[in-house]
Amino acid sequence: MERRKNNTMKRLTEKIISATIARLCVEANTCFRKDMKEALVRAINSESNPRAKSILKELLENAALAKSEKIALCQDTGLPVVFAEIGCDVDVRGLDLNRAINKGVEEGYRRGYLRESIVSDPLDRRKGSKFSPCIIHFDFGLHKGLRLTVLPKGFGCENKTQLKMFVPNTPIVEIKDFIVSAVKAAGPDACPPYVVGVGIGGSADYASLLSKKALLRHIGKRSAQALVAGIEKELLADINKLDIGPMGLGGKTTAFGVNILTYPTHIAGLPVVVNISCHVLRSAGAVLR
Amino acid sequence: MLYSDRKIIEMRLPLNEKVLKGLKAGDEVLLSGVLFTARDQAHQRLAALLRKKVSLPFDLKGQVIYYCGPTRTPPGKAIGSCGPTTSSRMDSLTAPLLRAGVIGMIGKGRRSEEVRKLIRKHKAAYFLATGGTGAFLSKRVISAKAVFLKELGPEAVYRLVVKDFPVIVGIDSRGEDVFDR
Repeated sequence: MERRKNNTMKRLTEKIISATIARLCVEANTCFRKDMKEALVRAINSESNPRAKSILKELLENAALAKSEKIALCQDTGLPVVFAEIGCDVDVRGLDLNRAINKGVEEGYRRGYLRESIVSDPLDRRKGSKFSPCIIHFDFGLHKGLRLTVLPKGFGCENKTQLKMFVPNTPIVEIKDFIVSAVKAAGPDACPPYVVGVGIGGSADYASLLSKKALLRHIGKRSAQALVAGIEKELLADINKLDIGPMGLGGKTTAFGVNILTYPTHIAGLPVVVNISCHVLRSAGAVLR
Repeated sequence: MLYSDRKIIEMRLPLNEKVLKGLKAGDEVLLSGVLFTARDQAHQRLAALLRKKVSLPFDLKGQVIYYCGPTRTPPGKAIGSCGPTTSSRMDSLTAPLLRAGVIGMIGKGRRSEEVRKLIRKHKAAYFLATGGTGAFLSKRVISAKAVFLKELGPEAVYRLVVKDFPVIVGIDSRGEDVFDR
């Protein structure tokens, strides 16, 4: 599997990376995330609208069936977004990580009987679809090992993404209004109850990345920054007053959570990106050491 | 509350104008019989063929179209995960299908005002299936076979035989919309 080098650097192989990615693709698409299941059960208990309650129960039944039958939670098995964070003690010299990860995605999607949802040419879509390529975000950190996370992102909700470049001193209330309006615009179309990922700061592209990464955080956990945690709680309360509800048919469960990530930005700007996830928020991770 | 009575209506496919007349937006229905899937690319192709007046290998008259692109089929199963996709993407391509005789559509989310009027004009119906429950819905499919545009894989036209397939009436034949709350 891995060879020790100088007793500190760990050598990984493309094979082990592919095998891990393949396993994570199947796991993410068939095993409902634990924090999502907990949120769903809480919502079933607190929802008073009978139709909303019965739809939420259907979602729970769907998760149980997906697990027992080893079948995808949703037919939209997404555009796989892979986060590869290379720790300080792993040696990846000479490895083609792009190839290893994409090979893993193809293996996993084939083995899991998932869906070919990727069109090779976005402007000429007549040739049918494939399992890959996926989207890969590489990063380096001071942690140990290679952290791999697969987030298969369904496109019904990805299509509802919104970006706005605010001016620096925009009152927080206007930013909150923008986030709530993005959820309102998604309305019944993108499989509510939603999880709302928000990226604030950085550049336009970096805020987008943050909004996606925000979906990886446990949805019961609030931001470590008190101000941001407060905004998350207020937004969730506001969103759940919209009466969109499960499948848009009303109820107080319009979102399970709001996760915000922030980053330093330029003195002249304040980018905000809202990346919505449907109720089938999927991800799975592993660390290769 | 509009949906307080949870009476569930059982219906055999294909549907006709007469049975659709009895349905109102918000009603819960269990469908049994034949459905045809078609989503983005299949709609493009079908609309183009209908424009050219090319005859299709299956008759759309009286049929219900399901906006769905299933996963691959695991061994021993009738179909893979098979929930609905977002219907609004099919809005601009719905008119030719209704003209060709389609009487019902199944998907998720809102439709355009144009589609709502077309549904009223053709005395058709739009049904909602619960999005994101592809595993659950796969148990209501007895058989699935790609019958047209097979090269499109998940976007091909599949003929499904369903039993007690659960839907809610989204837009009824009078043009009433469940989302107009």
